[in-house]
Amino acid sequence: MKIVVLVKQVPDTGEERILDASTGLVDRDANDPVIDEISERALEAALSVKDRDKSTEVVVLSMGPSDASKAIRKALSMGADSGIHILDDGLLGADATLTAQVLAAALRNADADLVITGNESTDGRGGVVPAMIAEHLNLPLMGSLTTVNIGSASISGQRRNDEGTQDVSADLPAIISVTEGFAEARFPNFKGIMGAKRKPVSTLAAAELGVNIAARTKISSVETRAPRSAGSTIIDEGQAAAQLVDFLTTNRLI
Amino acid sequence: MPNIVVFIELTHTTQIPATAPGLLALAARLGTPIAVSVSQSPLNDEHIAALGAQGAAHIYATHSAQAYSTLNSYTVDALEQAISAHQPAAVLIPASVDGREIAGRLAVRTGGGVLADVIDAHAHDGAITAIHSVFGGHYTVAASVPEALPILTLRAGAIDEIAPAHNPTVEHLELGAHTAGRTAHIDAQSDAPYNTNRPELRGAATVVSGGRGLGSAQNFVLVEQLADALGGAVGASRAAVDAGYIDHTAQVGQTGVSVSPQLYVALGISGAIQHRAGMQTAKTIIAINKDEDAPIFEIADLGIVGDVFSVVPQVIELLKARA
Repeated sequence: MKIVVLVKQVPDTGEERILDASTGLVDRDANDPVIDEISERALEAALSVKDRDKSTEVVVLSMGPSDASKAIRKALSMGADSGIHILDDGLLGADATLTAQVLAAALRNADADLVITGNESTDGRGGVVPAMIAEHLNLPLMGSLTTVNIGSASISGQRRNDEGTQDVSADLPAIISVTEGFAEARFPNFKGIMGAKRKPVSTLAAAELGVNIAARTKISSVETRAPRSAGSTIIDEGQAAAQLVDFLTTNRLI
Repeated sequence: MPNIVVFIELTHTTQIPATAPGLLALAARLGTPIAVSVSQSPLNDEHIAALGAQGAAHIYATHSAQAYSTLNSYTVDALEQAISAHQPAAVLIPASVDGREIAGRLAVRTGGGVLADVIDAHAHDGAITAIHSVFGGHYTVAASVPEALPILTLRAGAIDEIAPAHNPTVEHLELGAHTAGRTAHIDAQSDAPYNTNRPELRGAATVVSGGRGLGSAQNFVLVEQLADALGGAVGASRAAVDAGYIDHTAQVGQTGVSVSPQLYVALGISGAIQHRAGMQTAKTIIAINKDEDAPIFEIADLGIVGDVFSVVPQVIELLKARA
């Protein structure tokens, strides 16, 4: 079985993230880029299949600037077999439509039995790209899964939507998106880190994928919201509960 | 007034969802709201009246006995047909788990552009501009789809207006077999595993969250008790979720759910940057923490340096005494 995992490099959420006010794009120099945690969980789901069946081939696919190669190398050191890096200055600031077009074009050539992705990135949070790719490739999408069973010809799993849980299934090939409910990723070990250097990574430009670079959405303004300021802080000496309830009453919150 | 197509995400038991009034109110501000529904049997008069009361001018009510057999394929078909029939200036879809998938597929199918996780929108000279809250509310970004159909996913709870009521016109349509080639199948469905007497975390007016300071899953009950006393939803910091005090679906923050309630109460939460990114757009924040240097106090309207196990039971008693 061949599994392609979509990996996104994002600004570290543990630091203040900056948007460039003139372009609306992420200021990538402002903080350390990391593999998005949900991408790591997606990779872990693929690697757990490979743990059980060594013939499984795991490919990571990432679209991003040149330093996204670090995210790909990390994924290889964790156990993926090869990487595809879509690198094209024209894709800087690509919207969901363009991103999905590019990833779908790359997947069309990848011949995957299963595509695994996170349900949403921590920077964009739109959560629409997996469905766009599924529509482009005429694949079933099992989105926002909390569990999955990956068989040789079909997959099943449980997903949680806004009203409850659903047991879902699909025949392969298919695309799935995973949620925070999935296991955290393993750490790369020394052997993995050394081995990653010899694993192949191919680099592709948009034109090589036959994608015409055109975004549909346009950012018209970016404003910084005034930071929240602290109100009053009191130290509890037995009176704080009553003060809290007074505060709720005064502010018509109860 | 241009038509605005609104997706009403009926539950599988045909309940009108909590997201409907906000979507219809935003649609009424942008144009004429056309509500699109998908159900197993034809929509009844009671639902039609309820959607009219919430602001639907016209209802495009589709049904299919197979509606809940596949994952969202009938809904994408219904919206595609509604767009073709009513030529809207925009499509509004809830930014729910299913809504986002529907929006993504619909955009590819219709050649539209997605404006995701929108908190507001404006119409100006026929062009629709969507407002996004980015990076946990640090930035407000305006964006549009200049040359194609804008498809907006609206964050739950972002719009608390009510549209003027209508006596809606209705067209009932039976959907044919879905047109998606290959789809995922729904084999079984069950209602939310959480306590349905509590409001849902996304969109709740009041949220009470607990953090590592609660110390154990048993102690976390205190958070639930205060939430119930205030009629609010229960949330948690990542630390509390990782420690196993509560299910990860309650996680508020950068990963997890973003909330913008009227009142957010943080109990035993230090206020790491990831947590603040999911709640700092709340109108009012109250924090109780025994560490006076906890960063949560930097953004709290009322901060109490104290022991949650001492203060919270007293608050619950005082709230009960008022009732």
